[in-house]
Parts: sequence; C-alpha cells; structure tokens
Amino acid sequence: MGIPPLIEVQDLSIGFTSRNGRTLPVLREVSLSVAKGETLGLVGESGSGKSTLALAAMGYLKRGLRVIGGTARFEGQDMFALSRPALEAVRGGRLALIPQNSGQSLTPTLRIGAQIDEALALHSALPKSERRARVLSLLAQVRLPDPAGTAERFPHELSGGQQQRAAIAMALAGEPEALLLDEPTTGLDVTTQAHILELLRDITFQTGVAMIYVSHDLGAIAQVCDRVAVMYAGEIVLQGDARKVLRDPSHPYARGLLASIPKLAEARLPIALEGRPPPPGGAGLGCGFVDRCPLAETRCRQERPALRQIASGEAIRCHLPEKTAGLPISGASVATKARDAAGASALILDDLSVSYARPSLLDEILRRKPGGPATVQGVSLTIARGETIGLVGESGSGKSTILKSLAGLLAPSAGRVDLASGEALPVEAVLRNPDQLRRIQLIFQNPDESLNPRQTIAEILAQPLTLYFGLSGDALQARCLALLEQVRLGPHYLDRLPSQLSGGEKQRVAIARAFAAEPDIVLCDEVTSALDVSVQAAVLDLLNQFKRDRGVTYLFVSHDLAVVRALSDRVAVLYQGRLCEIGPAAAVYAAPFHPYTEALIGAVLEPDPDHRPRLIADDVVESSPPARGCPFQRRCARRIGPVCDAEAPPWRDAGGGHAIRCHISLQELESHQPRADAEALAREGDKR
Amino acid sequence: MIHYRRPGALARLASVLRDVASRPSGAVGLALVFLHVAVALASPWIVPFDFKAVSASKMLLEPDWLHWFGTDHLGRDQFTRTLLGGRQALLVTAIATPLAVGWGGLLGVLMGLIGGRIDDVLMRVVDAFLSLPWILKMLLIIVTFGAGVGVMIPTLAFFYGIPVIRIARAATHGVVARDFVSAARARGHGRLSIARREILPNVLDALLVEGAMRWSWMLLAFSSLSFLGFGVSPPTPDWGLMIADSRSFMSIAPWTGLAPVIALSSLIIGINLTADGLAKALGVDRAQKAPV
Repeated sequence: MGIPPLIEVQDLSIGFTSRNGRTLPVLREVSLSVAKGETLGLVGESGSGKSTLALAAMGYLKRGLRVIGGTARFEGQDMFALSRPALEAVRGGRLALIPQNSGQSLTPTLRIGAQIDEALALHSALPKSERRARVLSLLAQVRLPDPAGTAERFPHELSGGQQQRAAIAMALAGEPEALLLDEPTTGLDVTTQAHILELLRDITFQTGVAMIYVSHDLGAIAQVCDRVAVMYAGEIVLQGDARKVLRDPSHPYARGLLASIPKLAEARLPIALEGRPPPPGGAGLGCGFVDRCPLAETRCRQERPALRQIASGEAIRCHLPEKTAGLPISGASVATKARDAAGASALILDDLSVSYARPSLLDEILRRKPGGPATVQGVSLTIARGETIGLVGESGSGKSTILKSLAGLLAPSAGRVDLASGEALPVEAVLRNPDQLRRIQLIFQNPDESLNPRQTIAEILAQPLTLYFGLSGDALQARCLALLEQVRLGPHYLDRLPSQLSGGEKQRVAIARAFAAEPDIVLCDEVTSALDVSVQAAVLDLLNQFKRDRGVTYLFVSHDLAVVRALSDRVAVLYQGRLCEIGPAAAVYAAPFHPYTEALIGAVLEPDPDHRPRLIADDVVESSPPARGCPFQRRCARRIGPVCDAEAPPWRDAGGGHAIRCHISLQELESHQPRADAEALAREGDKR
Repeated sequence: MIHYRRPGALARLASVLRDVASRPSGAVGLALVFLHVAVALASPWIVPFDFKAVSASKMLLEPDWLHWFGTDHLGRDQFTRTLLGGRQALLVTAIATPLAVGWGGLLGVLMGLIGGRIDDVLMRVVDAFLSLPWILKMLLIIVTFGAGVGVMIPTLAFFYGIPVIRIARAATHGVVARDFVSAARARGHGRLSIARREILPNVLDALLVEGAMRWSWMLLAFSSLSFLGFGVSPPTPDWGLMIADSRSFMSIAPWTGLAPVIALSSLIIGINLTADGLAKALGVDRAQKAPV
C-alpha cells in the first residue's frame, strides 16, 4: 500500500433535521477512496445522495445538511475540520469542481479569458505577465477553437458544450490533483457529450489527474471511469472495477439499473424497476433496496447488510450476492410491432413547414413573407395506423416544433396535414372540431409543467372526460379510476396534487390524461427525458401496453436513439427541421447511413467500458438552417463539394421504405461506413 | 365508490395564515390586524364616553386616569374617538379592496391570456392612468359626486383596481407559457374555461398578496382624503380627520395627534407585515410590485 489515497471518505453520514426534530440521513456510512490518477464513477438515481457525497469530498454541505459521523479527507486533511482560508486554498486549486450547468456557474459579465486568469491568480504562482499565455494554452488544451478569440468572449456567446469546456479549463488552471465532476455532460446533445467525455479521458491520460465523476448516466461513466460505485438511498451498495460493475454486477439494484437502460444495439424494451427508493430516513432496519428487490428474504428486512468484499473483487452491501447472477441485465421483451392495417394511414404530413418568424407591420404592408429559412421545412411523412414513428435529432432540430404544429398550437407556414379519412386537419386547435381534437393527444416532456399544480389528479383526468364525453358524477369517477388503474396507480391518487407525486407517477397521470380522450394518435414529446432510467423503462412499458391494447399510433420524439429504437417501428431523422433519413428502425440503425445519422449513432454512449463512440462530425451548434442546399452541409464529414451548398440533396431509395437524402450514392455511403452494428444485427437475427 | 375532495378554500387560507404566523414579523402583523378589526367591531359597546359630547370646560386636557388620551379642542374624549376612528376607514376599504382585486384581477388575467392589439391598447390606458397622481384623480371624483361612503367605495375600488390589472397580467404571462395551458389549448378548451381552470388558481396567490398591499394603500388614501377634508365629515370620528384637527394644537397639546397617528400607523404596519408574510408563505415574488 504505502501511498495514502488522494481522497478518502470514511463512514461518512450526513443528514438534516426534519420539522418534527428527527435526524434524517441523506448519506449513511459511506466509504470510498480515490488514489492518484484514478477515476471513480459515482452512479445512482436522483435523490440517491451522489451529489451530496461528491460535494462532501470538498468539505462542502448544502444548506441544512450536517455531518452526523465519519470523515472526508483530501491528501490526509480532514475537510470538515479545515479553517475557511485553508479550505479556500484547497478548493478550486488542488481539488476542483466542474458543475452540471456551466452556463450558470460562469460569471456572465466577465470575459472567458478574465475568468480563467482570475483562477490562475488565485491558485498558481505564475506572474501576471505569463498568465495570458497560460490562459491560451488552457483554452487550447480543452480544444476550444481559436483560443485567443474565445478568451475575449462572454459566456453567453458560447454554446453549452463550449461553456462546459471553458469550465473545465478553469478547473485545470490550478493544476488540480483531483477533479469532481457533477453531471458535467447532462443536458448536452449526444455529439457534444461524446466530445466532452473524450476530452476528459484525454486530460486524465495527459495530466494524471484523479476524478470523481458523478452521473446518472452509465454510458458516460463507462467512458471515463476505472472504478464505479453505485449509490442507492444514501448508501454505496456496490463498488468495484468498471468492467465488472457495468457488465455483470453482483448487486440486484445494479443489475436492475442495467436492465432498465435501453441499448442501441438491441431493439428491446428495457425492464422497469418497480417501486421507488425510500425517502431519507425511510429505510427500515434492513436493506434499503428490500422493497424493490426480487430476491428479498426475511433476513433482508431485519438486518442491514454490511459492506463486504466478495470474491469477484466487488465491495457490496447485500446478503445474497451469490444469488443475483440469475437476474437479467438487459431487456427481454420486444416492443409490440405495428399491426398490419393494410396500409391504412393515420396522419399524412405533406410538405409541412413551420416558421417562428412573425411578419412585422412593414411585411404586412408590403405583403411579403418574413425573411430567413423556416425552422421546419418540407417535412412529408405518412404515418400508418397503429405504428410508432420515432423522430430523432439534436436540440434545435425542430422535433418539438413539428409536434406542436400537429397539436394545433403552432400554425404551419406551409403544407398541410390530413387525417386518415382524407379530411384536412385545420391548422389551429380552435378551428378543429371536437372529434379531431379528441383523436390527437399530446404528452409533454416534463410532467411538472404539463400538470396544473393547483388541480387534483381527479380534476386533471376529468378535463378530457367532461370535454369530449360529457361525463359527470359517478360515471366520471368510475372512468377516472379505470384510467388510473391502467397506468398502475391506485384509487387513493385521485385527491392528491401533482406535487405529492414522484416524477414517474406524474408522467403516468399525464399519460392517463392523454388516453382519457381515447385518441387515435398520441404525440410524445421527449416523454421520458425528465425521468430516471428505471422510471423511464416503466413509462416505455406503459406506452407499449397502450399500443398493444388499443392499437394507438405514436409519433415519438426523442433525442435518445436507444429509447427510440426500443419503441419504434419506423424512425425519421431530423436535422435543422429537415428530414435526412427515414425507414424501418432496423434499417436506419444500420449502414447505409445518412452522414448525420452516422454521426448521431456513432456518438451514442453505451454502458460498456470497451465501447468507444465514433466522433464523426464536430460538435458545433448551429443556430439556424442554411438557406440553400443540404441542411447538414456545415458539419458533414462526407461533404463532397459545392453541390452540397447549392442544391437540396435528392431522396435515395434504399428499399423497404428506407430512404436517405444525400448527394452521395447509397453504394458509396455504405462502402465508407463500418458495419458497426453487424454484431447486433446477427444477434437480432438469432432471436427471429 | 371512494370519496375524494380537495381541501376547501377556507382550510387552505387557514393553513396559509398559520404559515404567516409562524414567522415573527408575520405574527406581529397578523396580531395588529386582528386587534384593529376586533376594536373596530366592538368599539361602539366598549367606549367610555360619547364621541360627540362637547364640553367647553374640558378642552385640550392632558391624559389622566379619566381621559386616557386626553381631550381634543372641543373637549371630546380622545380615547373614545381613537377607538371609533378606524371604523369608517376599515369599512370602506374592506369592501373596496376585494372589489378592486376582483375586477382588476379578472381583467388582467383576460388581457394576459388574449394579448394582441386589445391588450396593447388597454395597457397604454392603464399606463396613462397610473401616470397621474392618485390624489388628483380621487379629488376630481369626490368633488363631482360628493364624499359619502357610497362614492368612496366605488372610487377607491376603481382606482386601486388599475395597478392590479398589471400584476394579474404579469402573473398570467408567467402561467400562460407553461405546458399545462398548452395542453388545455390543444385539447380544445375555450379561453374562458382556460382562464378559470388553469390560470386563475395559479395567479390567486399573487392576487392575495397584492390585495393585502392594496388594502394598506387604500387605508392611507382614505385617511389622506379625510385629512384634507374630503372624506368623513365631522363629528364622526376618523383618524385622518383627528390628525388634521390636532395640527393646529401641535405645540400646546401634542397628545391629541399622537393617538390617531399611532393607531393609523400600527394598522398600516400590521397590514404590510402580513402582506410580506403572505408573500413569503405563498412564494410570491414581491419584486413585481406595481407603482401605486
């Protein structure tokens, strides 16, 4: 042993005092250590205490929290015993934090260069004259384009990914021994996320800095971490080598978590972890996971498992690690496929364009159209009855805009939408008749926003029922109860307010409200992205259940390609409001790809330490589509020349309903693209 | 069939008031307000003297065991008059405040929801109204129609409803952009239904705080008008009037003014502390306070 660990947390318990005077623990006897140059991933769902633990390693507690027992040491010093000046010398210097949302942690009124210079002045011995050069070299190290130019910019002039890079540069200014990263890539686009993770990996390689990487995303953890600690209800329940923990963990919770993640290579529904974690102080005498554990025995209820080392090298809090091997770690069931309804269509989008530009008074007088290319342009899509179409793309690709337009909230600037029977769908909700309104329902991303906080669940569910079916009294209540049962919520939820429900329960209520209308078409706008993975799996399962029972048609929008794959029959890829590729899910997720699809799929992170994303396109964020030519012209890695800028690319038919919109021929595309999914395809073939 | 219901409005108000009272400043504020309301209700039966009993022999007496607050320039008991002096002000403002918040709030919510040209035009009218000094507007009405309670209530309710329009409109803008309103629009609910079901419950908190603030401003306005001789007519006791009367005797009998001043300011302070406590309890941002 000899060398003491850099960061050592021992039996640390942190808690707060509740209103009735009880001490409720947020962290319970947590121990971990990080050696020089080591990277530890801290994974868990929201509320598991992972951020509290990472901040505690810096000697920082959120308001109201206090240390109940144990220590957190950095280089042998007890962080909670240090004086303020001593803490300030360590924090930001030898131990630096990179927060989740750098846009908010950078000072908006200081130029990037000045902010990094400030960090250097505090935490380095460099004389003023040499700092400028160091600022530029730091910016170059985090691969910001044009370091000299970036140093002169203000934070708001950078994209989210660039802000995160600037924050990393600032953290590196003090030449830290260890970095604490609190969900550093959450909220970024897939391609940006992959680039930032690659950067972090290179930095650990070059500088030998140690890291504690906090994330709910096992895919991100897998990219950068040597070791992984899994947290549940304020405890570290499993800790071990990343390969072991991410591939074949011995703890039932870790296996459940793995099984609940949709994987890109598998068109299977993930398995939901039912139930929810106990609230702080809510874990009984036994194991914290006992209520959700499929293996739970009497002993698990009565006796809290101690942290112990098992043969596989993992440290685990479980009574029955030898029994867990039988629990699945990947999804089993395949989503219900579209019923063949003899090609009957549910919705036809014909050359739909949506623009946010509103004509000014001058435009109205001159009777001209407002300038600039439309946000969404020329989208044509025929959606068959009972099928699920996945609509994927990065933020700003116009996915939600299309949904809003179909829901009648945003009038398209051109094109038309037809319902099944050939009747044209009026553009705005106020112009539609009750039947048309009823047939199309929308589910939003964030149930905190989409449920009125002042209405009880009964009132929320009653709205579509009274509006469309005129139900009241006992009939109304019976219908509400039936709906709740369908989304697996009990009758006692009726008189609750949304604030009394967990995120997953709220989203179920939102789903129940949409299905209360007995719709034909349900528009899902990122419905799982505000939820924890284990809850996400339950929601996907629920959506699949409605598809199976009612044959409903989904237009499923998501930035998460694995989620889309799990549920969709067909997938459409959108870039800057223009369709790039469309086809059956299996075809879109295999070569030939549109260059943008290739970049997107390449950047997806898998919870596998040996899987490395392929970074094809750079992660520049474009704010508006180009006026002419291919929408992807500025970022495309396979650009062939001026033709890409000048002419809109043709649709190339790859057969079987698969079409790619590119100037490059399909044969040529395919010859350049590695058949990365060959293995996955083979596996899928086996199943059939 | 299971039985379900939501907590009633009264139960909710009680729980909010408990929350207000749990903070020291809120508790002081609430206590002051309740004390004043209780005195105003009970005073006709508890005052020791007749408020209009004039006595030439008792003019401007210093406070003693018989006349706790002394007597005024007509020899009337100042304690009696102070206890009774808030009744008119409280009566008028207690009726005018809900009226002001009601009409201003409803119009504000509708404007925030409808937007467009009507909203633009109406808000400029509101701006124009707010740019005039309030005392001028009030005096104009009172000089035209007289000063009775029947004129004061609608006048105060009208003028003090105008700033409420702004508050309600701003609060509505904060709600309209949220997804549950979009969801209601996409379902096909009408505008009035959306205003009533989705928006009003979410702006009520802001309106409640605003109502408390308006109440204190209205009391000040009422007392100022009385002070100027346009409000309550003698011999009815009123704090504003009493302060005006005491002004001439400030140097020889300062106690005559002190009692009504303390009474009026303690009520105003009480209401303001309560309003602050309400804003904290309800999580309403007081920064969006409108100009008076």
